[in-house]
Amino acid sequence: MRNVSVVGIGQTQVGEHWDRSLRDLATEAALNALRDAHVDHADAIFVGNMLSGQLTGQENLGALIADEVGLRGVDTLKVEAACGSGAAALHVGYLAVASGQFDLVLVAGAEKLTESSSCNTTASLAMAADADYETVHGISFIALNALLMKRYMYEYDLVPEDFAAFSVNAHANAVHNPNAMFRSPITVEHYKRARDISDPISVMDSAPVCDGAAAVVLMATDNLNGNRARAIKIAASAIGSDSLGLHDRRDPMWLSAVELSSQKAYRQAGIAPQDVNLFEVHDAFSIMSVMSLEAAGFAARGRGALLAREGAITPQGKLPISTMGGLKARGHPVGATGVYQAAEVVQQLRGEAGKNQVANAHVGMAQSLGGIAANAVTHIFVN
Amino acid sequence: MDLARHWRLKDQRYRLEGTVCADCGAKFFPPRQVCLECKSTNLTPREFNGHGELYSFTTLRSAPMGFEDQVPYTVGVVKLDEGPMVEAQITDVNADALKIGQRMEMVTRKLRAQGDNGLIIYGYKFRPETKAD
Repeated sequence: MRNVSVVGIGQTQVGEHWDRSLRDLATEAALNALRDAHVDHADAIFVGNMLSGQLTGQENLGALIADEVGLRGVDTLKVEAACGSGAAALHVGYLAVASGQFDLVLVAGAEKLTESSSCNTTASLAMAADADYETVHGISFIALNALLMKRYMYEYDLVPEDFAAFSVNAHANAVHNPNAMFRSPITVEHYKRARDISDPISVMDSAPVCDGAAAVVLMATDNLNGNRARAIKIAASAIGSDSLGLHDRRDPMWLSAVELSSQKAYRQAGIAPQDVNLFEVHDAFSIMSVMSLEAAGFAARGRGALLAREGAITPQGKLPISTMGGLKARGHPVGATGVYQAAEVVQQLRGEAGKNQVANAHVGMAQSLGGIAANAVTHIFVN
Repeated sequence: MDLARHWRLKDQRYRLEGTVCADCGAKFFPPRQVCLECKSTNLTPREFNGHGELYSFTTLRSAPMGFEDQVPYTVGVVKLDEGPMVEAQITDVNADALKIGQRMEMVTRKLRAQGDNGLIIYGYKFRPETKAD
């Protein structure tokens, strides 16, 4: 297998883009990434997306986006892994370059969630769960996370405020990210006053419904010819899987897919969790942050929330997370999210993260989850 | 129309029919074709009695399409005495009175109706146990 580097990144602002279509957003991000990489072509395009068919009536995104960006004719396909679709597309792009099949690959993640009514979007997002044994009972995706959070609080004797630090950190970091959806800070008081969606989850625990697209350009590291100082190497790309349904878990309080994919990634990169300088965690819900920190090896079981309370997760802490706002405040356009995370880690490792720059950042990890971590996609980047 | 799909699931929805592994005895709901414990494919149908403990629950204030007119409603996870966990709506009780760990039992109820002329989907829900049997 060959080494693979990211040589270009592109992101659109995340938000409710009533005036823009899925193809507009994907094309803008893709063109930005190609420009940033100083290339005008790619051998292949992989598009991460979860719900274009369901919400916008458009499938076959690979061919569509290839055509829109002026690359009609290249190898292309859409990659779907629920909310982890973007990261899964990056995994496929990585394999395509690492295998030697292609030298230059464009990976785009794009999602438009605001095209439909909110109850249709809620029902569509629940397609990440088990249709026959969860969704049919009216169990939304938020409800699944709420079931986990309530049990977690029961087992470890916590209250909702113990989770507040995750949302406070995410919003504080989004203030300085021009691509973020929510660029306003929040306090613990805001968190405590927030409206319940599915107890104990409130709007302040949960990532927003939104639109956005991000893209990265991958190149075989051997082909860099030493003239790409801003290239960032992908040291690991790994997926782990678990049951779709919460009821099918041997131990619902442990995200096995996160553990599997993190451990695979650490082995590939030849590092340990303590070597990671920043972690773009899948903070779609604060309970997912907590359980991911534990299963990825950053906190002992039952101690994930403590890490945030102690301040470890801020840009100045020992494990900065959601450094550009995370899913909570940058926004979570589901199939695009994994590619946003990758682009943000690249910004950090290039030293281009502005006021959110993590000092001495050399190893960055991004992790994207599909469903309640039915799949976990982990990437480790090094500069 | 997803009529065939709901018909196909009738044994699960009305009788909590799962499977048991003939080789290692592991029990599953929903039914599986491959045993999670020993990888055997020698599984046979097995009905569960529908009694168990409440593992977790939540009340939805915002519903997916098809459930808007039921808001607010409560869903939960029940760990059956015979092993498997089941997710379903919780009924016949005010959510404020629910506690993790309490005894629950299966009942058959209407899950939802697909509009005035569509299917009415029936299946299991759970309520606090009325008496041990």
